[in-house]
Amino acid sequence: MRNAFAREITALAAADPRLVLLSGDIGNRLFDEFKARHPDRFFNAGVAEANMTGMAAGMALSGLRPVTYTIATFNTYRCYEQIRLDLCYHRLPVIVVGVGAGLSYAGLGGTHQALEDIAMMRVLPHMTVLCPGDTVELRLLLRQALHLDGPVYLRLGMKNEPVVHPADPPLVIGRALPLREGEDVCLLSTGTTLPIAVAAADRLAAAGVAAGLASLPTVEPLDTGFLAAVADRVPLLATIEEHSVRGGLGSAVAEFLAGRPGPRPRVLRLGIESGFQHRVGSQAEARRRAGLTPEAVAERILAARAAPAPS
Amino acid sequence: MGGGPAGSARAVADALRGRVIGMSHAAKAPHLGSCLSCLDLLTVLYASFLQVDPRRPDDPDRDRFILSKGHAAPALYAVLAHRGFFPAGLLDGYTRPDSPLEEHPGPRCVPGVEVATGSLGHGLPIGVGMALAANLAGRRHRTVVLLSDGECNEGSVWEAAMYAAARRLDRLIAIIDVNKWQATGRSAEVMALEPLPQKWEAFGWTAMRIDGHDHAAIAAALARADAAAGTGRPFAIVADTVKGKGVSFMEDDNNWHYRIPTAEEVARARQELGLP
Repeated sequence: MRNAFAREITALAAADPRLVLLSGDIGNRLFDEFKARHPDRFFNAGVAEANMTGMAAGMALSGLRPVTYTIATFNTYRCYEQIRLDLCYHRLPVIVVGVGAGLSYAGLGGTHQALEDIAMMRVLPHMTVLCPGDTVELRLLLRQALHLDGPVYLRLGMKNEPVVHPADPPLVIGRALPLREGEDVCLLSTGTTLPIAVAAADRLAAAGVAAGLASLPTVEPLDTGFLAAVADRVPLLATIEEHSVRGGLGSAVAEFLAGRPGPRPRVLRLGIESGFQHRVGSQAEARRRAGLTPEAVAERILAARAAPAPS
Repeated sequence: MGGGPAGSARAVADALRGRVIGMSHAAKAPHLGSCLSCLDLLTVLYASFLQVDPRRPDDPDRDRFILSKGHAAPALYAVLAHRGFFPAGLLDGYTRPDSPLEEHPGPRCVPGVEVATGSLGHGLPIGVGMALAANLAGRRHRTVVLLSDGECNEGSVWEAAMYAAARRLDRLIAIIDVNKWQATGRSAEVMALEPLPQKWEAFGWTAMRIDGHDHAAIAAALARADAAAGTGRPFAIVADTVKGKGVSFMEDDNNWHYRIPTAEEVARARQELGLP
């Protein structure tokens, strides 16, 4: 995803002279093309994320469209108050890019695993939270994000993510992207778990379960119209995200459904359940341990369907 | 205000002191000592330095001023009203329900307020971003950020200082209101703050230390800062001030970080300031 982001932001900068890119001393060689084509609009802000975010605010207050880029942990946790006050309080059009979110950097340890960032970002006033499921979604979302009039958190994986969409889907910020219909269960994925959700839906279908599937790259604002329609006809929703089960998409969906009158579907929140994932291992290994594989997701859903309804 | 003789600027500053003291009393709002320490700096900035026009508060070529020590908002409000950015009557509503004037300035709350502040350590990074944007657009206006000495506890101040020097932002001016107190202690004791000018120099800035209540010295320092354009170094003015300046029973008494003056104290203060 980071290569796709670099390509796309370089192209977009050619079309919009207001676009400036600030990097937190990361992306060695990644932005060479951007720097070559737009040398005066690239800023290596150093290892100083608070200042980078504040500077982006000052630039936006001067009419520019800044994009800040560094690892998701550093671009959210380290500078949260700058995001809240400098960007959100002023409602400025700044895109905060968190690269390598979730378990992308599993092997680097807990310092580099962003597992609570969606939770932190989605509660901020005016903030739009975007988690593309593949590079196609990334490209479509980034183009639209640059036209929003407020701050955006763009949560990316790292590299070699499978492409899910064979062609450009009709993706709009704020809208879920339904991919399959199914009356037994609906899988709702945000971000880099989309390929896992697709494979899990395949497994469920093979097991005779009518499994619906939707990509929800926008966590905030949540597509409540879509969720309400699904909730009216499907008894089980399974949210899937490379993020803590506390505070992310699963929580957002549960919050919405909790406030609806009448019978409501059960929500199975799949994600990281056990804090820091700091055992040595690759992203694939960390995902396996966390139960974020097609097999484990399908099994959890089958088990949930088999369990008696709560009294 | 305009560029009148020094005596009239002094009279303006004292009148604004009376204004701010009255606002603190009426609103029962704190931070009076912090307002009084930077009032001379604000008076001179808006009287004779900042190229701003109340009729065109969004002029892209205007100088930018950020009150990074947002808790001195009443001082800024009073100066802006005096300069004609909004009717002085608005000051009477300070902190009252539905007034645009909160205890810390909100985003675009009134014309003339560039940035919402109140949490320390935010103004200088934003100012650096404004100065970078000015360079990118080929504009030559100045960006001035007023900080408190206690605010220099915040690491983001020094992140911004290093970055400004690296980018050779020589139309960026930081003024540090060194009133020697932070909320609950002597600033030089809470952290090893001094020597401040040397710190800014070491971070790649040109720095000078002045008496932050001497209007001629403030104007001269700003002129020197202006002349630094072209040197490739941002400019820091370390302004020695007195917390509560202008009122004998408030001066250098940190109780006035939070205390609210009584009606009797307001009257005594006005008498000392020579105000009716």
